[in-house]
Amino acid sequence: MSNEAILHESHSHDHAGDHHAHEHHEQHFFSKYIFSQDHKMIAKQFLITGIIWAVIGALMSVFFRLQLGFPDKTFPIMEKLLGEWAKGGKLNPEFYYALVTMHGTILVFFVLTAGLSGTFANLLIPFQIGARDMASPFMNMLSYWFFFVAGVFMFVSLFVQTGPASGGWTTYPPLSALKEASMGSGLGMDLWLISMSLFVVSSLLGGLNYISTILNMRTKGMTMTRLPLTIWALFFTAVLGVLSFPVLFSGFVLLIFDRNFGTSFYLSEIFIGGKALPNVGGSPILYQHLFWFLGHPEVYIIMLPGMGIASEILSTNSRKPIFGYFAMIISLVGITVLAFVVWAHHMFVTGMSPFLGSIFVLLTLLIAVPSAVKVFNWLTTIWRGNIRFTVPMMFALGFVSLFISGGLTGIFLGNSALDIHLHDTYFVVAHFHIVMGVSAFFGMFAGIYHWYPKMFGRFMNSRLGYLHFFLTIIGAYLIFWPMHYEGIAGMPRRYYDYSAWESFKQFTSLNSFISVVVIVVFFAQLIFVFNFFASIFKGRKVTTQNPWGSTTLEWTTPIRPGHGNWEGDIPEVYRWPYDYKDDGNGNDFVPQTTPLKPGEESH
Amino acid sequence: MSVFITVALIVLVLMIVYQIAQASEYAASMRNDSKTREQSTNQIMAWLLVGFFVMGMIGIVYCHNILKDKLLPVSASLQGEAYDFMFKVTIIVTGIVFFITHVLLFWFAFKYKGTGSKSSFFFAHNNKLELLWTTVPAIVMAILVAIGLRNWMNVTSEAPADANVIEIVGKQFNWIIRYPGKDNVLGKRNYKNINDANNVLGLDKNDPANADDIISQSGEMHLVVNKPVKLIIGSRDVIHDVGLPHFRLKMDAVPGITTTMWFTPKVTSAQMKLNTNNPNFVYEISCDQMCGKGHYSMRGTIIVETQEEYDKWLASQAAYLAPPAAAKSTEVVKTDSTKAITMK
Ligand code: HEM
Ligand SMILES: [Cu+2]
Ligand SMILES: [Cu+2]
Repeated sequence: MSNEAILHESHSHDHAGDHHAHEHHEQHFFSKYIFSQDHKMIAKQFLITGIIWAVIGALMSVFFRLQLGFPDKTFPIMEKLLGEWAKGGKLNPEFYYALVTMHGTILVFFVLTAGLSGTFANLLIPFQIGARDMASPFMNMLSYWFFFVAGVFMFVSLFVQTGPASGGWTTYPPLSALKEASMGSGLGMDLWLISMSLFVVSSLLGGLNYISTILNMRTKGMTMTRLPLTIWALFFTAVLGVLSFPVLFSGFVLLIFDRNFGTSFYLSEIFIGGKALPNVGGSPILYQHLFWFLGHPEVYIIMLPGMGIASEILSTNSRKPIFGYFAMIISLVGITVLAFVVWAHHMFVTGMSPFLGSIFVLLTLLIAVPSAVKVFNWLTTIWRGNIRFTVPMMFALGFVSLFISGGLTGIFLGNSALDIHLHDTYFVVAHFHIVMGVSAFFGMFAGIYHWYPKMFGRFMNSRLGYLHFFLTIIGAYLIFWPMHYEGIAGMPRRYYDYSAWESFKQFTSLNSFISVVVIVVFFAQLIFVFNFFASIFKGRKVTTQNPWGSTTLEWTTPIRPGHGNWEGDIPEVYRWPYDYKDDGNGNDFVPQTTPLKPGEESH
Repeated sequence: MSVFITVALIVLVLMIVYQIAQASEYAASMRNDSKTREQSTNQIMAWLLVGFFVMGMIGIVYCHNILKDKLLPVSASLQGEAYDFMFKVTIIVTGIVFFITHVLLFWFAFKYKGTGSKSSFFFAHNNKLELLWTTVPAIVMAILVAIGLRNWMNVTSEAPADANVIEIVGKQFNWIIRYPGKDNVLGKRNYKNINDANNVLGLDKNDPANADDIISQSGEMHLVVNKPVKLIIGSRDVIHDVGLPHFRLKMDAVPGITTTMWFTPKVTSAQMKLNTNNPNFVYEISCDQMCGKGHYSMRGTIIVETQEEYDKWLASQAAYLAPPAAAKSTEVVKTDSTKAITMK
């Protein structure tokens, strides 16, 4: 690629790169750590911000699980932390719903979208395609700061008097449009909308950058078919985001208009707060179409990076090429395309045309096919491998297990004739927490443990890593597996208390059990968080350039790469990224930078 | 203060745990070279994964045993029978896939753990395999879609002409139920006429069809066993959802839009009490769409009874728009006003 030469020139490394640590010592603190335009630093910013949000979001779930598990008990500590909202140590229903809403919004958007794509797209794209930075480092920096400001708005909304938004993370109008309908639909909802709009801007800035970087800035020899699957996955993640976030944004704009300027896009024939509203002719269902047109691709925005990371880590640690590289790419294409045409499976029971429903059933179950292909390819990848059970490998295996479990329940929900009973019950909660919540988290954890040495030049403690793995996977299954039963019994989601219901109160003891496990799992995550931060300063130092014996380009950079990543020229690429085979010198892998041997066939 | 101490304590414990873990990692790296260390880790982890798998499978069986009795009784609607069958088919299909893929996952992980002496098998692609596991899932999906769409067509088809028609309207946070009365026609209503004191549904007083309509605000719906019923579903304020778990159905209640759903109840409430051995058994209507702070308490009930019982009950109900002298509330039943209406 021609840009390689240009980039290289602009960095003019006239002093041989032996003291890389000093190369940028003149960088100011602000431009290095705060308004950094270095993709590696931005990745860390996304990651650390994501971790902080994850702790906040998880703590919220502990609070509302206490209510669900022990509806007749009081917890004075909650009053200490939440004040008014938990008077006498018991959550008030209004705030219960606010917590559920914030938990969903924070984890879906701030943690598993920004925290996950933001971290790994920024870290891996330049590293693995062989570029010195993103196409536009400035836009990249803006992307982080828009995200940051979105976070500030969301955080502030927690402290307003009427409380944060409380209509669920999907914020369906009219509930979210009318102040009379719920306390959270006041100022809290305005802040939610502002925050989410900024978030959309951040995603678009990031996404466009990722796409143009991948398409234009690959190093010499790095053809698209030599890209690691992480990059392919991140590429399609960005495509999904760029095409669907604007639609969500338009949905928000109409909602803002309905809330503030008297329009009736979503409102019709409503009697509330003792009076009939003038709005007629709107349709609340329109919002749901706009929301889910992003909402469904969004779940794959969350899933794909994990898929890419898992592919990479399974292959590296099995010391075996990923099985079916092209099939993996084609299935990513399939998922990406289909992800745009299944959104209405979230709306089977809104009264939409049954015929339209049938089409969405067909398309939805179709998406299970590329998902299945991926699973079988992962299984074949570890088959007859020489598996190293590193911590990231454990998480990658856990990822596969969870993806299977959660994907299979999608087959129930995608079939409208079954969804008509399961919709909005705990079955859905179990489905998406396993497949999107926990599975995507496992992809993220795998990636963090795997690339931590590249990010910080140190290792995380592996003993705690294994402990974290087992506590989390056991806990996750204990929490979410039994929830399927509650859902099959018809137990609705988003209920504050079930004790008045003859049909659902038999699950009281199960709910207590789940809540106890939630607390244990929460503390298990603190082990991770502590391990993460402590290892930045105290972790075992990385002493070799390529500690995992990987083939990809990031491991050809110095142990602590400076701005620009490579000291000298950007290396050239000669082969695909999965040549895990005998290189003839006693190594079981051949880096992408090794030229083909005479007579060796390229993949 | 106590919060601060708790946090400090947690951090302290984590610090100690981290130190111990670091020390043990360093100690291990002193004792053995990295190869031996790696292999012993592989051994331990492979066994732990197998342990996890075995315990997991036992856990699944155990979980099923303690929860299976807490599930719903057999479907109380005819339509639900097809539902239960289809659910079973899907459970079996997905269960088989779940089991096979998990056996493979954990078996491969165990069998191919790195021992230091082996090397891996270079196996990068095989089109036959890809074709196999593209087509087989596609065929299985096609079968499930076929069963699903057949059932879907059935539940969403037009209600039979002789179906009872009942309207159910959601509002924050209860259900209002309207019966068409003798003329079997639900009169027109307009949300602008709504008045919580005497016209909760905004009935149009000029529409004669409204004169005999009966409204119940207690959230109790009466249905006739073995007689199809068509629900006309609406909402006064935000989106709600009529959830009928025992009948395996639900449908959103959307302001500004009328939705419908029909089914045939097949077990009376009395019979269900016997079937489930639960004298308190009651069919419940759960609101299944987040609708505000009282969402969790938006409960309705259904009484399925024989035609005679139904007729008797219906006869005891007053029309909502009673002549001026009569009572407005249906809670207080005035027999004479009912008569006045039925005579018309
Ligand atoms: C085999 C593929 C899948 C199918 C067929 C499928 C199908 C469905 C269906 C039909 C629903 C709607 C259920 C309802 O509300 O009644 C649903 C909900 C959901 N699914 Fe999936 N799904 C699949 C995979 C995934 C994946 C991979 C993710 C995430 C990474 C995911 C995340 C979600 C989420 C977040 C919801 C719930 C949203 C909400 O209502 O709050 N699903 N899924
Ligand atoms: Cu979806
Ligand atoms: Cu509700």
